[in-house]
Amino acid sequence: MRPIWFFVGLILLVMGGIIFLSGIYNLVNPPPVKTVLANTHPDIWWGALMFIFGGFMYLKSKNKTV
Amino acid sequence: MQTIGLSFIDWIIILVYFAFVLGIGWYLRRFTKNEEDFFLAGRKNSSWVAGLAFLSANLGALELLGMTGNTFKYGMYVAHFYWIGAIPAMLFLGVYMMPFYYSSKIKSVPGYLKLRFDEKTRVLNGIAFAIMTLLVSGINLYAMALVLHTFLGWHWDISMWVSAITVAIYVGMSGLMSAIFTEIIQFFMIWFGLFLVSILGFIEIGSWNEIVTRINEFSQVSFTTLWSTSGNPTENGMFINWAGIVLGLGFVLSFGYWTTDFLVIQRAFSAKNLRSARLTPIVASFFKMALPFIVILAGLIAIVLSNDPHSGFKLIHDGGHINYDSALPLLIARYYPAGLVGLGVTALLAGFMAGQAGNISAFNTVWTYDIYKSVLNKNASDTHLLWMGRVSTIVGVAISLVTAYWAKSFPSIMDYMQAIFSWVNAPLFATMLLGMFIWWITPNGAFWGLVAGMGSSFTMYLAVKFNWFSQSIITMSSVQSDQAANFWRAWWAWLICAVVTVLISFFTRKRPKEELVGLVKGLTEEKLDRHLPFVKRPEFVAIISLIILVVLNLLFW
Repeated sequence: MRPIWFFVGLILLVMGGIIFLSGIYNLVNPPPVKTVLANTHPDIWWGALMFIFGGFMYLKSKNKTV
Repeated sequence: MQTIGLSFIDWIIILVYFAFVLGIGWYLRRFTKNEEDFFLAGRKNSSWVAGLAFLSANLGALELLGMTGNTFKYGMYVAHFYWIGAIPAMLFLGVYMMPFYYSSKIKSVPGYLKLRFDEKTRVLNGIAFAIMTLLVSGINLYAMALVLHTFLGWHWDISMWVSAITVAIYVGMSGLMSAIFTEIIQFFMIWFGLFLVSILGFIEIGSWNEIVTRINEFSQVSFTTLWSTSGNPTENGMFINWAGIVLGLGFVLSFGYWTTDFLVIQRAFSAKNLRSARLTPIVASFFKMALPFIVILAGLIAIVLSNDPHSGFKLIHDGGHINYDSALPLLIARYYPAGLVGLGVTALLAGFMAGQAGNISAFNTVWTYDIYKSVLNKNASDTHLLWMGRVSTIVGVAISLVTAYWAKSFPSIMDYMQAIFSWVNAPLFATMLLGMFIWWITPNGAFWGLVAGMGSSFTMYLAVKFNWFSQSIITMSSVQSDQAANFWRAWWAWLICAVVTVLISFFTRKRPKEELVGLVKGLTEEKLDRHLPFVKRPEFVAIISLIILVVLNLLFW
């Protein structure tokens, strides 16, 4: 059985990737209504953080079984 | 009110989450071969897995919304629920109580009552726990639909049915194992989905000192201290003194919940060995201590913003009353762009669903072992019990749905939820404490003590609710709050249960000492992890946790 960390890594990788790409899209095509602190682009750096963290967990656990 | 709109990307994030939890349930089904796999996740989890699940089973979205809202209402005193109101009890469970629970190879907390006392005490607690679990599960389901309807404009019935069916499918397929997996995913969803609110709020306001200064400028009582204003109830936002916090919350409610509630303890039973089981609540304590940095900080940020006329931030008003639970969703709407909104909503959804899965997996175990096998079918085979576990999962979810619709048509039952724990858990903690540490406590003493404790707590609640007598008799104070009443009622229920148990034990037949070996401290040889160096023992990790707890309390004194 795959360890739980594999699934946690995978879901964070997928969600982080989607949020990061969505942030890049918002940077190129700014939405008409802006959120507070939109200039700090939290979707880009938070999405990237999730992607990296999830990727690390995924790679560490992808060949492990419990 | 205007609802929070979801974009296409937000829906994709939510769908990814649903696909994952259903997929995990399906994947784990092939590894669920017998009743031990279904009810105890095969007893092979590490302390990290069991510890995060232990914490997450308690961490529902209702708590996240409620505690952020409570911080808005009461101030930083709400942090006591996380620090004094959880950590000492979790460490006590790991260091002192878990050896008796885990080593006796019981499958549930009522199972311990059967071994230590007798069948009637087990069945009484099993029935009370099963009713409490289904009530809480149904009210949670109702609360989830209420939140989704209020803030996102989602349809009541669709919200309730989709989440209930999802939980029934994945818990029904692989029991505690899939509940634990989804709880750990929920833990990461909550941190990644909600901690960003605190970070962005902190960036907007500027610094911790700025938050404290701006709150103190307009509040009449202290909203930013933990203990320095606890000498006089009129000086703090919760209107409670230190004795109510320490005795009611820190001792009875906290120990009653964390050391006896099977919903959380079941996760520790899934650990692979005694050391991992003892480490389970100790590992969880570190993450529990960190949660105020999401909920309390967000609540304080909401106070600052709502008192700043230039911020444009205001909590929702329903029929003239402030909706405190709206603080966290409104902060999400304020800071999160498309994509992150989906993540924030997923974190709340994950919290609701994992909380419900936790209740249902605890219910199916207590029903199957402590009521069905104990009373209705004593000779049931393992295969039959596995089948019964799956059936009771479906039935449990169905009853939760009925309770949820009941709550919808009769919203005041929401008020009862806060009180339910003090009816069941507070007296049970007295029974457990006396039973585990004093050998001469008798089965009849335990049973009648439990009846007296539960009955008195329930009666005190009704008496105040229907004005039979003043709440000040319970709280011994001239100023009142619901939280203060909950803390003090729990203390009295505990005390009544303990006194009745001891008194009846003086006059009833004691069990021979040799029957209690392994169940009572003092009669059991203690050789816990003696072969390990001290730094690898659970006691050492517990001391580290305790030191951090003291430092946090001093920092925010």
